[in-house]
Amino acid sequence: MNPRLLKPSPRTVPRLIIGAFVLGLLVLAAGKQLPVHLLISDSLVRTGMNGILVLAMVPSIQAGLGLNFGLPVGIICGLIGVLIAVEANVSGLAGLALSVAAAVPLALLAGSVYGRLLNRVKGQEMMVGTYLGFAVVSGMCVFWLIAPFTNPILIWVIGGTGLRYTTSLRHLFGGVLDNAWAFSLWGVKVPTGLLLTFLLACLLVHCHSRTRGGMAMHAAGQNPAFATASGVNTAKARIQGATLSTLLGAIGIIIYAQSFGFLQLYLAPLMMAFPAVAAVLIGGASTRQVTVGNVIIGTLLFQTLLTISLPVAQAVIGSDVTEVIRLIVANGTILYALTRLDGGGQ
Amino acid sequence: MLTMRGITKEFGGVSALKNVDLTVEAGQIHALLGENGAGKTTLLNILFGMPVIRATGGYRGTISIHGVPFSPKDPSEALAAGIGMVHQEFMLIPGFTVAENVKLNREPLRHASLGRVHPSLHILDRPAMAADTRQAFTSIGVNVDDWMMVAGLPVGHKQFVEIAREVDKHGTKLLILDEPTAVLTEVEAAQLIEALRRLAARGLGILFITHRLDEVLACASQISVLRDGELVACLPAAEASLRQLAEVMVGRPVERQPMPPRGTVTGASLRFEGFSVEMPGERVTGLDLEVQAGEILGIGGLAGHGKLGIANGVMGLYPARGQVSFDGEPFRLGQPIEALSRRIAFLSEDRRGVGLLLDAPIDYNLAFTSMNIEGRFLKRPLGVPWLTWRDSRGMRTHAEALISQLDIRCTGPDQAVRRLSGGNQQKVCIGRAITRQPRLLFASEPTRGIDVGAKSLILDLLARLNREAGVTIVITSSELAELRRICDRIAIIYRGRLARVLPPDASDADFGLAMAGRPPGGDL
Repeated sequence: MNPRLLKPSPRTVPRLIIGAFVLGLLVLAAGKQLPVHLLISDSLVRTGMNGILVLAMVPSIQAGLGLNFGLPVGIICGLIGVLIAVEANVSGLAGLALSVAAAVPLALLAGSVYGRLLNRVKGQEMMVGTYLGFAVVSGMCVFWLIAPFTNPILIWVIGGTGLRYTTSLRHLFGGVLDNAWAFSLWGVKVPTGLLLTFLLACLLVHCHSRTRGGMAMHAAGQNPAFATASGVNTAKARIQGATLSTLLGAIGIIIYAQSFGFLQLYLAPLMMAFPAVAAVLIGGASTRQVTVGNVIIGTLLFQTLLTISLPVAQAVIGSDVTEVIRLIVANGTILYALTRLDGGGQ
Repeated sequence: MLTMRGITKEFGGVSALKNVDLTVEAGQIHALLGENGAGKTTLLNILFGMPVIRATGGYRGTISIHGVPFSPKDPSEALAAGIGMVHQEFMLIPGFTVAENVKLNREPLRHASLGRVHPSLHILDRPAMAADTRQAFTSIGVNVDDWMMVAGLPVGHKQFVEIAREVDKHGTKLLILDEPTAVLTEVEAAQLIEALRRLAARGLGILFITHRLDEVLACASQISVLRDGELVACLPAAEASLRQLAEVMVGRPVERQPMPPRGTVTGASLRFEGFSVEMPGERVTGLDLEVQAGEILGIGGLAGHGKLGIANGVMGLYPARGQVSFDGEPFRLGQPIEALSRRIAFLSEDRRGVGLLLDAPIDYNLAFTSMNIEGRFLKRPLGVPWLTWRDSRGMRTHAEALISQLDIRCTGPDQAVRRLSGGNQQKVCIGRAITRQPRLLFASEPTRGIDVGAKSLILDLLARLNREAGVTIVITSSELAELRRICDRIAIIYRGRLARVLPPDASDADFGLAMAGRPPGGDL
């Protein structure tokens, strides 16, 4: 995205508030003698882990579909990709690559179907996306029970059919990116491979928005009437946006799973769109305008907040209120952004 | 009965009404004529106490009803004073019956015990509602069943339901109809006029707003004509002729723009046969017209008659049918890419909605269409043929050249077009059209919303583009004076078809008659 389009607006408000809050928490943590370097390490890991899921919001917003609340559609494709790699027992970077390779065609297919659906509900993409995501996750719960996977680490120990809720990836490719070229600096462990993967994905998305197709897609999102009058097929551009977003969702969950070390099925993807949406909004995006910079800043702020608020809250209040804070911040930000749909307007 | 004296209204320094006097007597049908933008609607809004009037600084002048001074602050005061309004857009609830619509919020009630808790819990007296409704329809002389659902009624009947509602209100003394016949068939319009006559005979005053000349002569007893906010004529209908009304309605001094000498013609011709466009509010129904290579053709006509539909239909923005040939070759309708690839450019009448990416910078707006259609302003950074990339430097250089050529007042090529004035935004649109090196340019309402000084600049640009670069230009405009300033020929559209093609120096009366769909020199 062009930095010239990034202008100061009310959209920077959540970014400033959250930024000040995160700084305050860090100071408090230091004051309470908490291990600040460990907190920062964790924040970096969580940023890289969630980054691509947040990045998935960019093509969706650019194509005029708003925030992609239907992100679970892509996440499911990514989960199937990982399952295929685990079933084949491929470990290390090869396993990760196989997961991605298996997930990509599924995501392209699912994304184009999703885009076609959104073309039928113009103006209500975000609400339809939310419920489509819920429906797909619930529907897939049946699939996980009957899916024809046979690797014993995937299926229930008792009974012998159906996939487990959680599968450890530790012995296959858990943490391969986190540990690649990792180094420590002043006690802070930097997950170099993971962060580089995130930044590479950001670069690719940024480059896409400078190509002819990317610019046509962006114009279709900003002003469909203008784009049509300039010969852009807006229906196709919107499908392109939904497909790219779904694809990034699929790759995002694979990177997430390798860093987390576990593959989570069934209802785990149900709410995964919400933290991603909140992060990009905190970064300064609106439902109509977004830059890759919004994604990087937003993910960093939001994930740092989540990481350090737990120990700090425990130290200060003496009880665990992290989950409450996480919900207030995530849903509060989404609410704020949705009440000002034209955040970038006059 | 109703007297308005010296009504003056300004919108932000631009005067919409200047010292207008208007009198409506009981039992009289008074017709108010005028082109679009003549001030008819503003006058109505004042009379009806619409909030927009107070929000923009109020008005000057006096209004009185039966000699009692009257200055409505909101529509409910106008209703209380006995003014009934029949709106252009139907204000009816589709899922209610005719009787329910007519009696809405004024229903006769049967007392129920729950009504003691709150008056809104009384029961509707449906037989009485039906009886009242039937009586209202009898008094206007039409037969509409009171139990029918409004949703399924023909358009004409909906109009009658609105009139019946106003008639049913006790104390309605003055009925205002804002272009009531615009959506009606001829039979329905005749029925409506008959109904108005009956109401007038019962002593109601009727103010009838329209731009259809023949209807005015058919039913009005008094005629007032507004032009550019001034009352230019007020005379009894018996003394008026169609030709005379046409002349006062459109007549204003015309100065012909000095045109540069004509260069080589590079533009293309365009021929329409049986051309129809489904553009809501601006339908074209079977147009036959030829645009000659290298000319400036003006398209005029009243709003709603389809003049705007023509360009939108050719550009593929609304569904279109019929035979169109471009430079003698057949032209495919319905796809924007066809018009664009044949180098037809379009300045939309909806400049901010269709013409510009408001939040994008000037250079991007100038380059976008050429980039998307011809692949200009793209480079291949890695030498891979399918990977094309935005050429920001090329865009910038091109924008700088156009900014100085068209004199676009801005801070630089990277300023967002939202921040520009209307005139400069239009120059950006023209710049994008020039970037395409067009063979034919459709300019729809090119000076709408642009201040007077910038208007002549835009017209001058179009004239130069035609005379120096030889581009064929089709200008569609509601302002006849503007068309007469620069066009070689002017086509007047009436009810979706060509009424006449006139030279720019034809008489005011000829233009007025053509806009009313009348043959030249014709009278009743």
